[in-house]
Formats: sequence, C-alpha cells, structure tokens
Amino acid sequence: MGFNIIVLAKQVPDTRNVGSQAMNADGTINRSALPAVFNPDDLCALEQALRIKERNAGSKVTVLTMGPKRATELLREALYRGADDVILLSDAAFAGADTLATSYALSTAIRKIGNYDIILCGRQAIDGDTAQVGPQVASMLELPQVTCVREIVEMGQSGIVAVRSIENGTELVKAPLPLLVTVEGSAAPCRPRNAYRMLRFHRAATAAEQAAEGYEYKARALADEALTIKEWALADIDGDASRCGLSGSPTKVKAVANIVFKAKESKRYTADSEQVKSLVAELLSNHIIG
Amino acid sequence: MNYYNDNKALQHYLDHPLMQRIVAMKEGGYAACGEYNYAPSCFAEARKGYEEVLALVGELCAEVVAPNAARVEKEGPSLLDGRVKYAPATEENMTLFRQAGLMGVSLPRRYGGLNFPVTVFTMMQDVVCRADAAFGNLWGLQDCAETIYNFGSVEQCERILPRICAGETMSMDLTEPDAGSDLQSVSLKATFCEEDGRWYLDGVKRFITNGDSDVHLVLARSEEGSVDGRGLSLFICEKSCGRIRTRRIEEKMGIHGSPTCEIVFDHAPAELCGSRKMGLIKYVMSLMNGARLGIATQSVAIAQAAYEEALSYARERKQFGKNIITIAPVYEMLGAMQARLDAARSLLYETARNVDMNYQFADLARERTLTPEERQESKQFSKKADALTPIVKGMASEIANKNAYDAVQVHGGSGYMSDYTCERLYRDARITSIYEGTTQLQVVAAIRYATGGFYTQLLQEYLSADVPASLQPLKERIAAMAGLYNEALAAAQAFGCQETLDFLSRRIYETAAYPIMSALLLLDAAANEELFAPSLARFVAMAEAEVAAHTAYIKNFTPELLTQYKK
Repeated sequence: MGFNIIVLAKQVPDTRNVGSQAMNADGTINRSALPAVFNPDDLCALEQALRIKERNAGSKVTVLTMGPKRATELLREALYRGADDVILLSDAAFAGADTLATSYALSTAIRKIGNYDIILCGRQAIDGDTAQVGPQVASMLELPQVTCVREIVEMGQSGIVAVRSIENGTELVKAPLPLLVTVEGSAAPCRPRNAYRMLRFHRAATAAEQAAEGYEYKARALADEALTIKEWALADIDGDASRCGLSGSPTKVKAVANIVFKAKESKRYTADSEQVKSLVAELLSNHIIG
Repeated sequence: MNYYNDNKALQHYLDHPLMQRIVAMKEGGYAACGEYNYAPSCFAEARKGYEEVLALVGELCAEVVAPNAARVEKEGPSLLDGRVKYAPATEENMTLFRQAGLMGVSLPRRYGGLNFPVTVFTMMQDVVCRADAAFGNLWGLQDCAETIYNFGSVEQCERILPRICAGETMSMDLTEPDAGSDLQSVSLKATFCEEDGRWYLDGVKRFITNGDSDVHLVLARSEEGSVDGRGLSLFICEKSCGRIRTRRIEEKMGIHGSPTCEIVFDHAPAELCGSRKMGLIKYVMSLMNGARLGIATQSVAIAQAAYEEALSYARERKQFGKNIITIAPVYEMLGAMQARLDAARSLLYETARNVDMNYQFADLARERTLTPEERQESKQFSKKADALTPIVKGMASEIANKNAYDAVQVHGGSGYMSDYTCERLYRDARITSIYEGTTQLQVVAAIRYATGGFYTQLLQEYLSADVPASLQPLKERIAAMAGLYNEALAAAQAFGCQETLDFLSRRIYETAAYPIMSALLLLDAAANEELFAPSLARFVAMAEAEVAAHTAYIKNFTPELLTQYKK
C-alpha cells in the first residue's frame, strides 16, 4: 500500500557561495549575483520522501514550491532526482510574503492537493533561516508535527518512527499519520540527479512555458503528460488575497544592514577558578549562556 | 567545481562536425523518440542531453569522487572468504553512479542503456579518471558489455545487458600466470559436458581487474590439444554460479582502489559468447581495442590531473621571492605538460570518433545490407580506428607518465611526499603504459600501418585541410615533419631486414605519431584558435625536436649497432 507524500521545497540564493557582489547598496539581495539553488535541507526532505517511496510500492512523491516562474528550475531538479509530480505555486499576489503568508499559501495549496499521508520539508531555508514555515503549515492544517528529523526509520499505516535531533543527542519518536515532518541538514544527502530522468524531464515546463516561443518539445509534451508542470495561482487554490503576499505579512523589514564581524575588544582570563567563575557570571548576565 | 564545465576542450569535441553524423546514426534518424521517453528527437536535443549528463558526471566527480580518491587509495579493497570487498569510499562512488543511471552509457535503449555514442562515453571517462583513475577502471569496465552486445546471442543480450545497465559490474578475464602479452598461450580449460549440454571452466586467471565482478568474460581453451590462439573461445561466466573464487588481491604500485585479482575457476558453469574458436582471433581483439581506447582515455585524464596539480602548486609556491611559475625552467615544464595533454586529447577524440563511426556502420549492418558505398566508407573508418588506437594508447600513456613525472618535479621535495596528490598520480600513471598491451605491443600493432603507408596517407588527409593564415607557418612545419617521417621510414625499410625494422619500430612509431598529433591539434586550433593555438605552437616545437632525434638515430643506424645491443 503506497503513501501520498508531499515535499515542500524552496529555491534560494546560494548563500554558501557569497561573493562581494551579493548585496546591493540598499541592503537588498542582488539575486543576479547569487545562483539560485534547491534549499539544502529541502533536498534532505526529498531524499526521505524518496526512501519512503522505495520501501512502499505505489507511493507518490509530489513536490510543491511557491516562487517566481524561474522556480520551475527547482521542480525540474526534483523530477531529475525522482519526484513523481511537481507543482509551482506562483502569483503576483504571493510576492513579498513573510513566513506566515507563505505558510498560509502553502497550506491552502496542500488542501487542494488533498489526500496526503505525510508532508516533508526542510527544517529551514538558508536565506531566511527562520525554521517557521514547516511548523506553521502543520498548525494551519491542524496536523501533528515532528521537527528536526534526521531519519524516518519506519512508516506504516499507524504512523512513523523517526530519529529526531535534540541538544546533545537524538530521540526516537512515534507519531500518527497524517503529519508534517521537518528534516534537518544532517540527514542523508539527497541522491544524485538521474541521467535517464534528466534526458526525459529536461523538457518539463509549465503550460505557459510550453506555449511560449522557443519551447522545442511541444509534440513530446503532448505525448507525455508528466512533462507538464502544474502551475497554480491564487484563484486555483481558492486563497484569501488578504492573507497572502505583502498584505498578509505582519513582518515588515525596516532595514537590512551589511554587518562585518570584528573583534573590538578582548579580555584575558587566567586559568584559575576565580577567573573562570567571573567569566561564567558575566556570560550568564549577558544571557549568552543559561 | 565541475570537471566537465571547467574543461573547454571537451565542449569543443562535442561540437566536432562529425558528431552530427555519429549521433544521427546512433539514433537511427531519431526514430526512437516515440518509443522511449528519454530519447532525443533531433541533434540539438541529443547534444543538450549529453551536455547535461556530462555536467552531472563533472559535478559528481569534482564533489565526491575526487575528494574520495585519497581514502579509496588508503583503504583499498579487501579479501574476505574468496570475495572482494571494495573500500567504503569506492562503494560510495559506485552507489552514486548507479543512482545517477550511469552504468550502461553506450548500450542500446532496448537493453536499458542510455544509447550514448562512444565519443561521449569517452568524455565521461575522461572526467571520471581525472578524479580517480582507480574508480575509473571499475566504472569503465561497463564497456565490456559491448562485447556481449556485438558477439553474444540476442537471448544473452536480453538476459545480461539490462543487469549491467542497472549496475552489475564486469571483468575481462584474459591474463594467466604464463599468458600475459602472449595470450595465445592461455590454458584455462573449458570442457563441454554432453550430458547437460553446458561448458565448464577450470583453471586460474591472474592480474584480473575487478576479478570478483558479477559478469566475467573469460578467454579459455575449448579445443583440447590445441596450442595456439585458434583453440581459444570466449565465455560468459557469472559470479552467481558460486564457483569462481578470488584467491588473492595483488599489492600494487598504484591504482589501489581497483582490485587486481587472482581468481580460480572450479568447474564453473559458463556459456559460449559468439562462435567457438573465435575467442582470441576476433572477440578479444575487438574487446582489447575498446579497452585500449579506455586506457588511452584514462591516460589523458591522468595527464590532465597532473598538469592541474602542478599548475596550482606553481602558482602558489614562492621561492627566491617570487611565485615559481614565473621562473623559465618551471613554466617550460608547465607549458610542455599542457601541450602534450592537448595533443593527446586531440588524438583521443579523433580515434573515438572513428571507433564510433565504425560501430555505427556495424549496427546498421545488423539491420540491413550496406550499400557498396557504405561498405567502402565503413572500411575506411574501421581502418582509421584500428590504426589510431595503438598510437593513442601508446602515446597517451607515455604522456601520462611524463606529465606525472613533471608534476612531481614542479612540486620539488614536497612532490615526493605522500601528502600531495601528484605522488599518487605518479604511481597511478605507471600502469597505463603496461596494461591492455604495453607500449611495445602498441608499436607492434601500429607498425603495419606505417610500412603499409597508411599513416603517410592519413597525414596527407589531415594536412590537406585549409587553416587560417595565422596557422599556416605551423602547418608547413608539420608537413616538414611528415616528410622527415617518410624519409625515416624509407631509411629503416631500406635495410631489408625484419629484425632491424623491429629494432627501429618504436622510433618509426613515434616519428609518425608526432606529426599526426600535431596535425590533429592544428585542425582543432583552426576551429578554435584561442583554445588550442598556444598548445599547438609548443607541441610542434617539441615534436620537431623529437622527430629530428629519432630521424638522426635511424639515419645513422648501421647493422653493427644492432650487434652492439646484443652484447
């Protein structure tokens, strides 16, 4: 008996390779200088999804992303690595969304997909680093959630058993279906792109892309349904515009500054217990520890 | 990092004019696109697919295989109860390549392969071996499946080839303790059992790369009482029969990650591949030609890795208050390394294209009778492939050694320490001029094309192309080298003595190889001057010096000298 698995993924600027051109003078991100990549934690989530699929014949992995049109790159990548179905959630109404508005749009789209057993997503994205979207989606869908998962060791009709990271170790948790799981970056890396799938799915495109000039695979797309990437706008998911995009985002960015860390001052402690005590007291009072 | 995207030469060879024709034939006029969802519908799409898959290989190699190489070498394979266990890092590489669907690159789609031309497979191997030559061996052995495809029955192809595409490994079991270069003396016994109608293998094979493979191709003596190559047949023998045991893994100088095994066949059931008695004469010759192209590729890849190591060290290392790359004797070495690398690669892809065309005609001939014109053309490609393969195997492997030697030299004392990659490359390179036929055997295979005038004809063909005026002086110098080659060949033949010809053959071979490689690099430079012209100028200067030295030796040769060698 197979499972319906949804993976939430985000295309992010590759903050691991930040050059000097990465930020504009006004503090916003210079997206043209940063290549867009599959958020690393989300790739780990995809791998866990594909492993569930391998162990349970008849399972289906659907990857959902919200983003601009170019996020189809991420969806093709998901297809290359083994996803069965991919959906692009894209609308001008979604632009400028904070985590709350994003979670609203994603959960509304998930309701439209319906009939899911498990939703997997990365713990956090390397651009915003909030780790809020997964838990918020679970909350909006009124689902149980297991966060910071390293490995899903078992999955059956009654639920999952997963290894979850905690401070100083791991814990083994059980949770019922349906549920949402966030996967952390120390989980198994995602399998590579597969050559056969690349040769087939490099033609995958949304209906709009297929209709545009320069798309060379119209005949192939007609013959192979899987080559059409579903594209949903706000109207397709019956969303409430006031809860989406900028208008649905209580978080307002006041300013962004480029901060370069510098050692301004230093203190020296000698190796005796008095000095160590005073250091601990200072760290406690600064709320750095404790 | 990406070992394909950073290699502009490979991108240049993907765009060679002959590729359009190779791909069109390989794709049977792009008729398969209705049947297979991963088949291309035109050249542009096929090319795009090759690029994307090559970039995938380039990424996996730069990010996983190359960083794993030191671990692969240190851990090495181990022997447990007659079975080979790969090093954990090797296992990691293998899993990755299986998941990426890269195990049946050139096999037809009906057997589950990607149906890529040999030239593109060669590019992949070029990328893989640059990251780790030892892993390149294990992965490259998928090429053995071509032998089953070419000579096995349809039933064998249907049963075995899909398993290779899914990731089962292969080996070619030829060498024995008393049959190395001389394969005619193979003695492993194949007996036919009338009762069950099966063949059984008994005996020992030695120096078998990946000897504990899933599917073995075994050269064995099927004709009792026979003593030469005509008594040998080729067999397919599967590990799953449980009667092939690895007795020993050799301790080697290099390529530690690639297990070299001594294996024992203990009445192992086997099936004939192709016709009886054609084992050595036909199938192994074809298998070896494929394997030689593979080793030539590995050699080019090692030559590249060595050059890169030397270059990056020379850019950073400071002595006498400056980066050593600015010192003439150092940049002389580096420039020469790059020139040899580029020339070897140019010859490699010319050979691969001819092998490809030869395969395409062979495939076409399975479907229908070739027209007389096609037969004629097919013969030309086949002859070129056969004539160029021993040149590229011999020259590229010697160049790999020379580049690895120079890479250590550029590193100075540090290069002698095992902390630096160049030390591994130096040891890995050493086998390339030995296995799949020593350089001396490549000379033997090539010399008939010299004495028969084929290399002379080939040089005329290459040098008949128009080149930009800026390259004209170099073209003339290459033509002059070709003239010297003809003189040297005539001088050697004039002695009218076979032993003298054999004695001088290595020099004749190199005297042909240098202008051929120069001419091919010239043609590449004519198409992409920016990329190849600097190497061309350097290579021609070096080649002239080599040709002059060999020519002087041959012209000054006297029969008395031969007797001095025998003393």
